[in-house]
Amino acid sequence: MIPSKTELQNALSCRVGEDIALKLNNSRVAVLGLGGLGSNVCIALARAGVGRLIICDFDKVDITNLNRQQYKASQIGMKKTDALSENLLEIAPYLDIENVDKKVSEENIYDICKDADVICEAFDKAESKAMLVNFVLENMPEKYIVSASGLSGFGSMNEIRTRKMSDRFYLCGDLVSDVNDGIGLVSARVMGCASHEALTILRILTGEEDE
Amino acid sequence: MNGGDLMVRVNGKETDICGISVADYLKTTSYDLRFIALEINEKIVPKSQYEETIIEDGDRIEIVSFVGGG
Repeated sequence: MIPSKTELQNALSCRVGEDIALKLNNSRVAVLGLGGLGSNVCIALARAGVGRLIICDFDKVDITNLNRQQYKASQIGMKKTDALSENLLEIAPYLDIENVDKKVSEENIYDICKDADVICEAFDKAESKAMLVNFVLENMPEKYIVSASGLSGFGSMNEIRTRKMSDRFYLCGDLVSDVNDGIGLVSARVMGCASHEALTILRILTGEEDE
Repeated sequence: MNGGDLMVRVNGKETDICGISVADYLKTTSYDLRFIALEINEKIVPKSQYEETIIEDGDRIEIVSFVGGG
């Protein structure tokens, strides 16, 4: 039995207060990249009651994703946007999701992100991360961008933190652990970094962002 | 601070690189331009302006060099 929209919104209000629940419900976040970072960020945002998500990835669910990404074995081969939408709607049935099944480039970032309050960089490649962060800071200065760098390997979670780099740019991670050094990626650590990103986004949306 | 020389800070570290361009400074480092974002005094410097942006006394430069994994 799926609860009504009002029942769910009331349950959220009980936890965080009506004002915050309403603010989150009226917010829109764009998450670019739906791997270990993006899929976990989306689930945390959906559970917190963020009302609208723009989710973007061109890829399909692969067997090698299951160690850290929020997909199921039964979803191998599906588009990540479709698979994640399915999983998110099981958690938050009234979530408004816009699927963008595209590879992100400087030509389409603006269109994908123009309606978002906050943009979450959740790519896996260093070059894509740098491209998105540079583009948003240069061309969309009114947007907040939350990015991640350094979440690979088995290093202590205590090395992963959130830094406010400038007025609207936050960076999460240990800044150094590079997957290309062959140290692997493990769910517990990737989720920790995704959680830093998700909480930073929630703090921005609720006006708690400083410090 | 007593009116003496101001220094440039790069990622928090004092460095004596006043008067040269961002592009020339980066040539003395091992940063790969494809992977970085660079801010001076909390403002992004577009990559197209690295050549013409001159580093000045007191500038605080933050260079993020992204690493892979996500």
